Amino acid sequence: MSLFDYFRDRKKPAKTASVAKERLQIIVAHERGQRSQPDYLPQLQQEIIDVISKYVQIDRDQVHVALDNQNDCSILELNVTLPERP
Amino acid sequence: MFFFTHSRSDGKVILAKIIVITSGKGGVGKTTTSAAIGTGLALRGFKTVIVDFDVGLRNLDLIMGCERRVVYDFVNLINGDSNLNQTLIKDKRSDNLYILPASQTRDKDALTQEGVEKVLEELKQTFDYIVCDSPAGIEKGAHLAMYFADEAVVVTNPEVSSVRDSDRILGLLSSKSRRAESGERIKEHLLLTRYNPARAELGEMLTVSDVEDILSIPLLGVIPESQAVLKASNQGVPVIMDEISDAGQAYGDAVDRLLGETKPHRFLEAQKKSLLQRLFGGR
Ligand SMILES: Nc1ncnc2c1ncn2[C@@H]1O[C@H](COP(=O)(O)OP(=O)(O)OP(=O)(O)O)[C@@H](O)[C@H]1O
Ligand SMILES: [Mg+2]
Repeated sequence: MSLFDYFRDRKKPAKTASVAKERLQIIVAHERGQRSQPDYLPQLQQEIIDVISKYVQIDRDQVHVALDNQNDCSILELNVTLPERP
Repeated sequence: MFFFTHSRSDGKVILAKIIVITSGKGGVGKTTTSAAIGTGLALRGFKTVIVDFDVGLRNLDLIMGCERRVVYDFVNLINGDSNLNQTLIKDKRSDNLYILPASQTRDKDALTQEGVEKVLEELKQTFDYIVCDSPAGIEKGAHLAMYFADEAVVVTNPEVSSVRDSDRILGLLSSKSRRAESGERIKEHLLLTRYNPARAELGEMLTVSDVEDILSIPLLGVIPESQAVLKASNQGVPVIMDEISDAGQAYGDAVDRLLGETKPHRFLEAQKKSLLQRLFGGR
């Protein structure tokens, strides 16, 4: 650390570690969730999109498929946002 | 499953244990750690072999200082071109320590699951500890290094991509390993390396407890960022032999904890610098 750094660092402490921690907590939680999802889920999602697209125009990211395991039952959650009516 | 038990010279019967040193991310200190932990176990009286799983990028031999004595390698052994006696390199410093060098072949499929299993079973007959130095990544080499493990040391740097990759590896340890497949767990340890307490204190770097919070596995040790590591690798001496260095002592503590001792963590706080040292950039 040089004389210059010493004064610069005093003025502006870069507290970026807390940002790093927050980002990590979010992405790690997200990826852990995906890890427990069965392998067939992406395929299932694609086929649901294909079926819906036959009837209405939707974007890929307007369809959310998630499998939630609660004790002894699994809930398949399907969330489709349809475009606004013209 | 069956375990081969045998007794050490002091008559204690123990189970041969396979420990994988893994990380996902490259260059975080796996090989440095494998050399240190393997040497530490040997110096404490356990017959230990360190196995280099990094096919095509053999480096453990350099860190251990035995690069000129490599004749046969892991793949030769699997293929039956050589036997265990011809392939293992005995460490010059400890009679309890051996190194199994990686092959320098470019054939990524040279290691097979059956081949690795056969060699590990053979090593279990003679050794107390088998330390597996994993390659980076999550491909075949990393998978084979962790597959047969009883315990895993997850080497992590206090930095976003390393922490994320470590979590990825934890997921694989608990799903794609022999223990996981038979409903058991691999015992996981977090080893935080290249830690810079001064930067952590300033809020510039993730702290030990930040990383513990995110990964939530037991902390085996914290190895400070240290000039002793480069110095040791220059000379081909595992850094744990440098007993006056901070990193050497921190690795020594980690080995003791691996063997069940409880020890307070050291080198977590920055050395206080005097005003003069700070002004003139002294270290
Ligand atoms: N505690 C430390 N302090 C300073 N430098 C370190 C420390 N630990 C490791 N290094 C340095 O980091 C570099 C990478 O270390 P090492 O080869 O052990 O990592 P690796 O995880 O085995 O890498 P790869 O993924 O390529 O196999 C080396 O130059 C080593 O000297
Ligand atoms: Mg390495």
